[in-house]
Amino acid sequence: MSKKIGVFVCHCGTNISATVDVEKVAEETKKNNPRVAYTTTYKYMCSDPGQKLLRDKIKEEGLTGVVVAACSPKMHEHTFRNAAVKTGLNPYHVEISNIREQCSWVHPDIPTGTDKSIDLVRMMTEKTRKDKSLTAIKVPVTKRALVIGGGIAGIQAALDIADGGQEVVMVEREASIGGHMAQLSETFPTLDCSQCIMTPKMVEAAQHDNITMYTWSEIESITGYLGNFDVKIRKKARSVDLDLCTGCSSCWQVCPCKKIKSEFDMGIGNRTAIYIPFPQAIPSKPVIDRENCILFKDARKKNIKPNDSKVCRKCIDACPIAPVKAIDYNQEDEIVDVKIGAIIVATGFRELEDGLYGEYGGGKYEDVITGLQFERLASASGPTEGKIKRPSDGKEPEIVVFIQCVGSRDPAKGCSYCSKTCCMYTAKHTMLYKHKVHDGHAFVFYIDIRCAGKSYEEFSQRAIEEEGATYLRGRVSRVYKKGEKLIVLGADTLTGSVVEIEADMVVLASAMKAQDDAEQFAQKLSIQYDKDKFFSEMHPKLKPVESSSAGIFLAGTCQGPKDIPETVAQAGAAASKVLALLSSDELEREPVVARVDRQLPPVFSTCIGCFYCQKVCPYSAIESEDIKARDGSVIKTVARVNEGLCQGCGLCAATCRSKSVELEGFNDEQIYAEINALEFN
Amino acid sequence: MAEETKFEPRIVAFLCNWCTYAGADLAGTGRNQYQANVRVIKLPCTGGIDPLFLIKAFERGADGILVSGCHPGDCHYNSGNYHARRRWNVFRPLLEFCGINPERIQFSWVSAAEGGKWVETINGVVDTVRALGPFEGYQKINAVGSDASGEAATSGDTG
Ligand SMILES: Cc1cc2nc3c(=O)[nH]c(=O)nc-3n(C[C@H](O)[C@H](O)[C@H](O)COP(=O)(O)OP(=O)(O)OC[C@H]3O[C@@H](n4cnc5c(N)ncnc54)[C@H](O)[C@@H]3O)c2cc1C
Ligand code: SF4
Ligand code: SF4
Repeated sequence: MSKKIGVFVCHCGTNISATVDVEKVAEETKKNNPRVAYTTTYKYMCSDPGQKLLRDKIKEEGLTGVVVAACSPKMHEHTFRNAAVKTGLNPYHVEISNIREQCSWVHPDIPTGTDKSIDLVRMMTEKTRKDKSLTAIKVPVTKRALVIGGGIAGIQAALDIADGGQEVVMVEREASIGGHMAQLSETFPTLDCSQCIMTPKMVEAAQHDNITMYTWSEIESITGYLGNFDVKIRKKARSVDLDLCTGCSSCWQVCPCKKIKSEFDMGIGNRTAIYIPFPQAIPSKPVIDRENCILFKDARKKNIKPNDSKVCRKCIDACPIAPVKAIDYNQEDEIVDVKIGAIIVATGFRELEDGLYGEYGGGKYEDVITGLQFERLASASGPTEGKIKRPSDGKEPEIVVFIQCVGSRDPAKGCSYCSKTCCMYTAKHTMLYKHKVHDGHAFVFYIDIRCAGKSYEEFSQRAIEEEGATYLRGRVSRVYKKGEKLIVLGADTLTGSVVEIEADMVVLASAMKAQDDAEQFAQKLSIQYDKDKFFSEMHPKLKPVESSSAGIFLAGTCQGPKDIPETVAQAGAAASKVLALLSSDELEREPVVARVDRQLPPVFSTCIGCFYCQKVCPYSAIESEDIKARDGSVIKTVARVNEGLCQGCGLCAATCRSKSVELEGFNDEQIYAEINALEFN
Repeated sequence: MAEETKFEPRIVAFLCNWCTYAGADLAGTGRNQYQANVRVIKLPCTGGIDPLFLIKAFERGADGILVSGCHPGDCHYNSGNYHARRRWNVFRPLLEFCGINPERIQFSWVSAAEGGKWVETINGVVDTVRALGPFEGYQKINAVGSDASGEAATSGDTG
């Protein structure tokens, strides 16, 4: 029976119709294809009336196949298939012709876009002719979430999921969870101490029955799909056994390598080679920095196992744990396999490297520091115990110049965007400075003040009016050293004058950037990122926490610059999506699976039993089946696909020499129909 | 140059659903323009591409073909793209034997995140094939059947 196909061409408002003549697409499709029984165009096919139109026409016209020429199938294939189901039509007779992402948005010329659209619609119509009814496959959901990154975003998401009763595995690549928020001194807009609100959450996450935490660990690989991911976690060798260690501190107190720049203190404080990153670290158990430890250096030089080195060994001698010491120099990386149902990516941001701003003396003058370095100076647990002392000589600076938008909104330095938090944290910095150095003076160079948040404008006004910070609208052109002073040359565009300030210290409000490895990380997960390497949400307005891959969600600054309240809100939203997913026992999966030919006797199957398909199948989904005669004797042994295991890659179908394997939804007939429809107008 | 002599190559792209198809979508979302000569056929994985699909596409008038999937190691199905590679290694000499310039078939890796790379890739393929000129091999081979001159079959791809 030949199919009656309906073609619905969407205007997508003007997203499609501005560069594709949709009426012509509908007309030509009808004219040139006898199997197309009905065509129409509609302003928004995905809208409620659009879907109703689809349902009504399926019934009225008796359509047995549908092509919607619209946006990418990744957007609305589901929507239209669901609409069709309501009319009783099997959803797999509905196909999408992608004339938006592949046509109207990328080809501005109307005749060109229209011709290509006509081609694309024809190809899809031909495929639809060959579509068969299929039934969705139900798969069980692994009730466990993975949270990657242990900053405030990751911690909040993990706690929300764990409190919701589901298991969480958290992976943090540093030795402690906490991320950037743990580094902050006090936080805008309330000036509450960051540690005081952060550490209880860190402890709660560490002690939660539903949370398993892997610190000093990274994601090795992720395979699988929504509901059933297979994740390999690399536990990097810490050189300390977390089960044995009690965090007594004996080891790091005796470590002789004391002059290693602390990453946590942004290089303005020092740490030892065996260390915990900061006093409130979770877990509060050390790690050995193998690059800098003299024992490991010796072992590398002599090419011996670290434990065979005789150098130092002070930490292991000091470790009171017996009979087996908690320190294990020979410890190796370990790979842990976990099954996961849904994933939250919360890998955060990094601060723009200060060396990029040579003209401001960044990376050149010790007393030109970044925002995060200032946080460490102002922090009670920082290297100066909260006293504002300039790094070069430890003097209290009398004049501090803060420069906003360093890197941000500067396409020449590779970030055209606004980092969103710097106006606020600079205002905060001026206040913290004034609270500690009462007769000091703070100058701020800014381009605009953007403090759009609840109580934010009031906060920045307070910095100016109550704390007496001098705000100058204009850019700094140069910072150079003159004796002990830093000369800041800038413009005040409001008075039109050039300003020269003799400062003791300069603080750069450096841009929030995507992580260095964001690109490789995104590729590992198959998620999209934007031009600045921040991970892309599925839809900027309506799906702000979904990534482009089903079952993977985004939280916090890995998606773009944001402050703590926004980060926490997004983390909560991502967690609720994950909880919703994990609340069902089964998910429906696309029935895109392979099938081996079966037919009536005497042939039974065209399969010749070579089992080449079995060799190529990445999921060991091909089994063998004996076809037996009535007396039980084996007539032939042929391949069979276990549809629970098959993921539908189609490798087997392309490998089979006797053309006995077909991939449902993408079978040879369907693909050849598409190819045959290539007329190339 | 006269209008009608301008050759516009016809390109078919076989893309995997997970990486390159999504990468092409991203190019769309970013409104990155590229040459309109390509018609996309979506498959779950490049590993599921039967070489005969490519032959068929040439028969239907394609001048060039792009097969694009995930980066090595990133295949949604673990190893599908690797099989695609291996199959191509076997298939390539066969193509040459048939007189099809292997440059007419290009392979690439474009991830879901690489909208820009998709644009470069597709423009690259279009330009390469434009330089090669139209593919006439198939018509010639077909012609052999009717007028047994035999010459066309051996002359192969002129491009
Ligand atoms: C100078 C400065 C001052 C600020 N002051 C304030 C303030 O006063 N108030 C306010 O609201 N906001 C402030 N902010 C913003 C605030 O720091 C961020 O909003 C917040 O820290 C973002 O948290 P996050 O979890 O998204 O990222 P992060 O804190 O960056 O955490 C990400 C975590 O993921 C880990 N990670 C990264 N990659 C991987 C990987 N591949 N595998 C495993 N783990 C990984 C990292 O090690 C880190 O622990 C300030 C920012 C700066 C720069
Ligand atoms: S001395 Fe031993 S128990 Fe104490 S912190 Fe160091 S490794 Fe842990
Ligand atoms: S389609 Fe892929 S996963 Fe399924 S049986 Fe064939 S080779 Fe295995």
